[in-house]
Amino acid sequence: MALTSPEKRIWWNEPLSKIELTWIVIAFLWGLTMFGTMVYWHFTGEQNLSNEAYRIRPEVFAERTEAQAEKYKVREEGDTGIPVVKPPAGSDVYMLARRYEFWPILELEKDKQYRLHLSSMDVQHGFSLQPTNINLQIHPGYEMVLTVKPNKTGEYSVVCNEYCGVAHHAMVGRIYVVDSKK
Amino acid sequence: MAKDFKFRTCPETGLKVHSQADALIKANAVVAVVFLAIGGLFGLLVALTRWPAVHMLDAELFYLALTAHGADVLVFWIIFFEVAVLYFASAILLNARIVLPKIAWLGFILMLVGALMANVAVLQGESSVMFTSYVPMKAAPHFYLGLILFAVGALLAVGIFFGTILTAKKEKTYEGSLPLVTFGALTAAIIAVYTILSGAIILVPTFLWSLDLIPHIDSLTYKLIWWGFGHSSQQINVATHVSIWYATAALLLGAKPLSEKVSRGAFLLYILFLQLASAHHLLVEPGVSSSWKIFNTSYALYLAVLGSLIHGLSVPGAIEAAQRKRGFNKGVFEWLRKAPWGNPAFSSMFLSLVLFGFLGGISGVTMGNEQINLIIHNTIYVPGHFHATVVAGTTLAFMGITYLVVPLIFQREIVMKGLARWQPYLFGLGAAGISLFMMGAGTIGIARRHWDITFSDAPLTVDVPGTAFMMMGLNGVFAIMATIGGAIYVVVVVASILFGAKRDEAACKANPVVTAGGGEAVASYGAEEEHPNLSGTIVLVTLLFVTFVLYYYVNWKFLSEVWPLS
Ligand code: HEM
Ligand SMILES: [Cu+2]
Ligand SMILES: [Cu+2]
Repeated sequence: MALTSPEKRIWWNEPLSKIELTWIVIAFLWGLTMFGTMVYWHFTGEQNLSNEAYRIRPEVFAERTEAQAEKYKVREEGDTGIPVVKPPAGSDVYMLARRYEFWPILELEKDKQYRLHLSSMDVQHGFSLQPTNINLQIHPGYEMVLTVKPNKTGEYSVVCNEYCGVAHHAMVGRIYVVDSKK
Repeated sequence: MAKDFKFRTCPETGLKVHSQADALIKANAVVAVVFLAIGGLFGLLVALTRWPAVHMLDAELFYLALTAHGADVLVFWIIFFEVAVLYFASAILLNARIVLPKIAWLGFILMLVGALMANVAVLQGESSVMFTSYVPMKAAPHFYLGLILFAVGALLAVGIFFGTILTAKKEKTYEGSLPLVTFGALTAAIIAVYTILSGAIILVPTFLWSLDLIPHIDSLTYKLIWWGFGHSSQQINVATHVSIWYATAALLLGAKPLSEKVSRGAFLLYILFLQLASAHHLLVEPGVSSSWKIFNTSYALYLAVLGSLIHGLSVPGAIEAAQRKRGFNKGVFEWLRKAPWGNPAFSSMFLSLVLFGFLGGISGVTMGNEQINLIIHNTIYVPGHFHATVVAGTTLAFMGITYLVVPLIFQREIVMKGLARWQPYLFGLGAAGISLFMMGAGTIGIARRHWDITFSDAPLTVDVPGTAFMMMGLNGVFAIMATIGGAIYVVVVVASILFGAKRDEAACKANPVVTAGGGEAVASYGAEEEHPNLSGTIVLVTLLFVTFVLYYYVNWKFLSEVWPLS
């Protein structure tokens, strides 16, 4: 039994029961299927993470984000006057994460593509876009670039879901998705 | 033998027990239980804070408690207990002496000092960085130093385990191949070497960085190596609790593995493939390529998953076969109905098996998919998943074997048997509840490690669905149930050790804990021509498989609804 040495010295020649063999084959094929599903989704699925990323100094990223905000600011919001920025459809948009905010607020058009650039100014943060539920990890010193295409209008929150310090739970940002007609 | 070593003979199993093995197992197990008690209490505080209607701790204390909870239960409770299991699987099962007991004790002391040091650092409040301590967030230097000392101590223990096995072989204290349980422990120990080295490679520079001796640690590199430690250690847990499943089934029911070859092969898959799977912690990080992620999560992870699926058939299969030989042969499930459900060692083991497979295994593989991880990463789904693996799976299995370790090693009767009988059900149900409700809340996007889902301090409002509040409340209710189950365990174990009646030879005869023939195998196939009837096990694994496939594709459906991104 399991607590004593195998009864047969040459245990590796014991015959395999059919049931075990069948299960091993099924489990193995299931692994292959899951592998295939991931690959298949790269060709046909619409939700794949880009692998585009660059090393970047936080100051440089901040400069780019500020330049964009200055150029395309449409209004301010919140008690602290966070700029709402509406870059043209199809363009590059920047959002930075720092203790304890995602800056600035973005306004995007529905069904238009944007190249979204994300990076952190200090520690790691989590970019959790709700309610659609997309979750990314944001590192300092790395710029992640992904193409997004908002598929529903509305008000979205960006919640920080990587612990980043005492006010981590107050770290939220916002993205508006509006109809392209107006 | 060079010296006279003190041995006693176990009246129930006939095994020769080295006094040093006895003492080391006792010390490590007792300290483990103490850390479970402390860490579990922090877990309750955390869960009560995340229950929106209760919201118990303030933010700073919450993050402190969460850091302490993760470190005390995941690292200290689990690893102290595993060291006890290693000594059991080597010295005791092989009738052997512990080599270099002094070094083993040194390891124990290092682990204890390290664990205390890390706890002090966390309680001082300057190290609320979570047990993952992702850089560039910085903890106090003695937080890292504590973890390093703990790791060095654990490495010594692993070394003693290898030494003990080699000496046993040399001194011919056993014949033939290693018993399966020792083999499983050996796989755990081999993975532990890799794990602890990864930990050292990343924690030593981080410690130096915390002293300002190194200017910078790259956050992505840190994560890659840290999870080489953090994830592989989960594989140690799995290898250990699977060994315990086999051991419990053997001790209580005389179950013998269906095939030594298959069970050992499944353990080997763990060694060969799980290390690489630390990749599934980096699925949504910048700058990690898809082909690397797919290779590491599927080629590597799925072959390790294959190992677990194999055990998922062979463990219940061995039990079914043994029970049928004992005469519980009616229908599909008489063997299971007539199992010793009133014995906490058995009920813990079987609940651990079922909950680990159905809740922990399925959720883990699903969220470990490259794309599906996008909708799960860092949501509270993640703690939901690992409370199914490491609490309902590993912790419950460890609790179960304690009900055998106390009579066999501490040689004390279990006291408060009536309470003990209910303990696994309370704890198992509580753990299953917190797992499920955290997974549920995570599926709708609730963040992990988060103090306030009302966002009352935030400059912008966030719309959180009402169901999330309900699920976090239910999580709190089940957390209380799990805590009661955990507290009963601690009380019963401590009280039995202190006040339980001593088990002398007569007591062992009158009231054996090891069933039937001193643990002789009641069944022996694989070696036999006749194939055992395993219809109940087939029903169980079919159910597991169907649940798995359905749940897996439901999550692809969820994924397909989020914003297109590329
Ligand atoms: C009474 C039993 C327990 C309860 C009520 C409990 C509850 C919780 C809760 C509510 C969280 C926080 C989730 C979050 O906000 O992110 C958590 C985190 C965690 N728990 Fe438990 N838990 C229990 C036992 C355990 C055990 C036995 C282990 C390990 C063996 C464990 C390991 C962890 C870990 C590693 C974390 C993550 C900490 C982090 O995010 O840094 N828990 N637990
Ligand atoms: Cu943050
Ligand atoms: Cu945060």
